Amino acid sequence: MANEVSTGTGRVKRGMAEMLKGGVIMDVVNVEQAKIAEDAGAVAVMALERVPADIRAEGGVSRMSDPDMIDKIIAAVSIPVMAKARIGHFAEAQVLESLGVDYIDESEVLTPADYSNHIDKWKFTVPFVCGATNLGEALRRLTEGAAMIRSKGEAGTGDVSNAVTHMRKIRSEVLRLSSMSPDEVYVAAKELQAPYDLVAEVARTGTLPTVLFTAGGIATPADAAMMMQLGADGVFVGSGIFKSGNPAERADAVVQATTHYDNPDVVAKVSRGLGEAMVGINVADIPVHHRLEDRGW
Amino acid sequence: MSSVPVIGVLALQGGVREHLDALAKSGAESRSVKTVEQLVGVDALVIPGGESSTIEKLARKSEMLESLREAVKGRMPIFGSCAGMILLADRVAGAIKGQESIGGLDITVKRNAFGRQVQSFESEISILGIREPQRSFDGVFIRAPWVLETGAGCEVIAQITSGPHEGRIVGVRSDTMLATSFHPELTADYRVHEMFVDMVRKL
Repeated sequence: MANEVSTGTGRVKRGMAEMLKGGVIMDVVNVEQAKIAEDAGAVAVMALERVPADIRAEGGVSRMSDPDMIDKIIAAVSIPVMAKARIGHFAEAQVLESLGVDYIDESEVLTPADYSNHIDKWKFTVPFVCGATNLGEALRRLTEGAAMIRSKGEAGTGDVSNAVTHMRKIRSEVLRLSSMSPDEVYVAAKELQAPYDLVAEVARTGTLPTVLFTAGGIATPADAAMMMQLGADGVFVGSGIFKSGNPAERADAVVQATTHYDNPDVVAKVSRGLGEAMVGINVADIPVHHRLEDRGW
Repeated sequence: MSSVPVIGVLALQGGVREHLDALAKSGAESRSVKTVEQLVGVDALVIPGGESSTIEKLARKSEMLESLREAVKGRMPIFGSCAGMILLADRVAGAIKGQESIGGLDITVKRNAFGRQVQSFESEISILGIREPQRSFDGVFIRAPWVLETGAGCEVIAQITSGPHEGRIVGVRSDTMLATSFHPELTADYRVHEMFVDMVRKL
């Protein structure tokens, strides 16, 4: 039998995200942190130069990480390595693909490179994850070829409230679609600013066609457990781990709470003795034009 | 064994939902297994794809690793796909420091053998022992392992037949265990799950 080998298929890209379900993806800025994350049971690491809390504190333009740093992390761990490209910056994405990263996050945490267009993700073999605050945004990203969606939250704050808002919003919009009669779906597609076929698919199946993770402000095991109960398939933790007092133990605790999210006894047990959580910033105290959730269109 | 066996899917991390669906469509009753208590009362178990280092660590932390080894000793039928294959292998090449396996299948497995995600692929493969074996199967390989060697009592049921990976072993079975490098649960072709349900019925 002739075996044709096809890389970068939709099934392979979305399937990779399916295999991350129930897991925690951790932001790391060096090899030491990547190893701590792997030892704690992270399903993947996100290699970046500065965690969102530092990007927020230091300001300036935030870009793709140094390839040397990404190479070192790829060499140091056996779990998947993800990295961030700026919104619309297809050349950064090309570089990341050439480095062999396993997933690219086209991320609002970095400074956008294009205020109209996102990356045409169909052109890549490597899969992409993108942020969304609502269903229309999620479906637009899928239309551009994203293979995984994460709710945005407000990165670098340690304030989980926006992650909750976005997850509830996406879930309720999916529910609303699935209860519509077919003749209402046309207008729904117009309102969601998403292609009719994709909207109709969600209406029919009652679910997003890809994995939906949560991100932005998750800082404690209970945060992770809450987001999983709200319907997240898994958790991104950025500043929450390595900006805390005891990263190794907190990482381990968030991993266990994500798996046993429906068992408060386990969440209680792993929440003990973790030391200081990241101090955090209330989203309400951040000037509107400094909020990351509004980046992406 | 009853005609509708109860098959658990180890639900610590990974592609749990897809296996639950595939088993339900293959004549079994399927349920999630996250704790030692839930392991009691299932006739057989599936260990899904995911990150093998994560699943192993979570199994150890929730004190399931020993129970799973006891289940293997008690000849409970177990099917592992991808990470599941790694966890069932007696020997693992490329494991992270301190990573243990459940073991029971006399094979040596190489972790992430086919490479990184950009090398993940789909390929038509043939599998021995499934219904209509002459009809090819859509093999979905995601950062997949391959089998370096098999011991006595292990039958090779799937190999890559052409291309750069020609000859690589990607499916094996013993009298109680089944393991694949690829993810049959990501397709709507249930023949591998049906083969496993048949194995469970016959034991």
